[in-house]
Amino acid sequence: MKPAPFAYHDPRTLDDLVGILGQVENAKLLAGGQSLMPMLNMRYVIPDHVVDLNRIPELSHLAESDGLIEIGATVRQAALERSALIAARCPVMQEALGCVGHFQTRNRGTIGGSLSHLDPAAELPGIAALYDATLHVAGPRGRRDVAFADWGLSYMTPNLAPDEALIGLSLTPWREPHGAAFLEFARRHGDFAIVGVACLVALDGAGCVQRAAISLVGVDVKPVRLRAAEVAIAGVAPSAEVLAEVAAMARRLDCLSDTHVSAAYRQRLAATLTRRALALALARAGGGHDV
Amino acid sequence: MSEKRRISLTVNGKAVEREVETRTHLADFLRHEIGLTGTHVGCEHGVCGACTVLVDGAAVRSCLMLAVQADGAAVTTVEGLARPDGTLHPLQTAFWEHHGLQCGFCTPGMLTSLAAYLEAHPNADEPDIRRAISGNICRCTGYQNIVAAALDAARVMREGR
Repeated sequence: MKPAPFAYHDPRTLDDLVGILGQVENAKLLAGGQSLMPMLNMRYVIPDHVVDLNRIPELSHLAESDGLIEIGATVRQAALERSALIAARCPVMQEALGCVGHFQTRNRGTIGGSLSHLDPAAELPGIAALYDATLHVAGPRGRRDVAFADWGLSYMTPNLAPDEALIGLSLTPWREPHGAAFLEFARRHGDFAIVGVACLVALDGAGCVQRAAISLVGVDVKPVRLRAAEVAIAGVAPSAEVLAEVAAMARRLDCLSDTHVSAAYRQRLAATLTRRALALALARAGGGHDV
Repeated sequence: MSEKRRISLTVNGKAVEREVETRTHLADFLRHEIGLTGTHVGCEHGVCGACTVLVDGAAVRSCLMLAVQADGAAVTTVEGLARPDGTLHPLQTAFWEHHGLQCGFCTPGMLTSLAAYLEAHPNADEPDIRRAISGNICRCTGYQNIVAAALDAARVMREGR
């Protein structure tokens, strides 16, 4: 179990990275390596070139500007977990990060790696879906932005050409007071979720839902937003009946089936976790009395 | 086409310079090039935790990092936990006293992981410690004594502050 030989590149600037991407064929980008290195060790992938992103300082920024949180592709999961900015503006990401692997893997794993690998059950793509994140891509034909809704093309396939790299993303944190929650069910702590649910919910002065966002991971090949439910509960006073209605909508999602977990069980988890996560987010938004 | 590169880093405080194949992961580099076989290679895909080392103070899986990526870094392996005079790290003493190891295969990863974790979380309680070692697999299933040792080491480390 050793990687097959490859040519190793470690560009120091974004321009150098783009230059290399324009020249090499059958290349893999190496960020935190927590998914790619196992695949190299086991020779599931045998690239001719490995392009290491870790020595490019331009890819490791984390800052708020013009109301957006800008996160470079190689920002480590552990750095996001410790970030005061993320704690203040996007705490649900930290709640999700607590379920991502183990602290040793989070010390290397990056947000760009999670989004590019796009495992169906990975937590961070669910957070990107929750915030309708914009992903920044660079390649020899220039730069482009991709809305997260257009990011996943199919199973573990992001909207990236072979000569392009994800260089970062931006999130718009919710300005108004709101509650947030992330819950998942996995067979063991640190495993990929069987199903995970992230919720954001803001209440108006009358205690009704002003707006809500609900995203699920693990149910389908890419994160799913429960948009119909988000629309249905806008303007509605939260109650046990409303939660049950949202849970029923989650239960009707088309779900994956695999050797461990049937589609029916995933649907059941989707319903239960959506109800619990929404109730928790509502309670955190200050509207927990009636639910 | 096995490409090579010269790298320099420190391992357990000593400067090291070697030419390595770029495809060599850090665990194999430490074991085969430097001769530090305390770092164990279990699953080689990041699940078992036996190969955990500290890179610039952070606990990482050395099988999931290329040796060339450690160029310029300070690496600490299990051999670097004890003081140069041989005095054991409080975790090593506690593992000894509490029978925190049986076959010993997972032990280097347990020790390096917990050393970093307790440094950052000196007041860790039992649930914290169980969560911290959730990525380190002991197939002797000796977790009870490992947790007891870690709690005791945490106490000793707090008192030594």
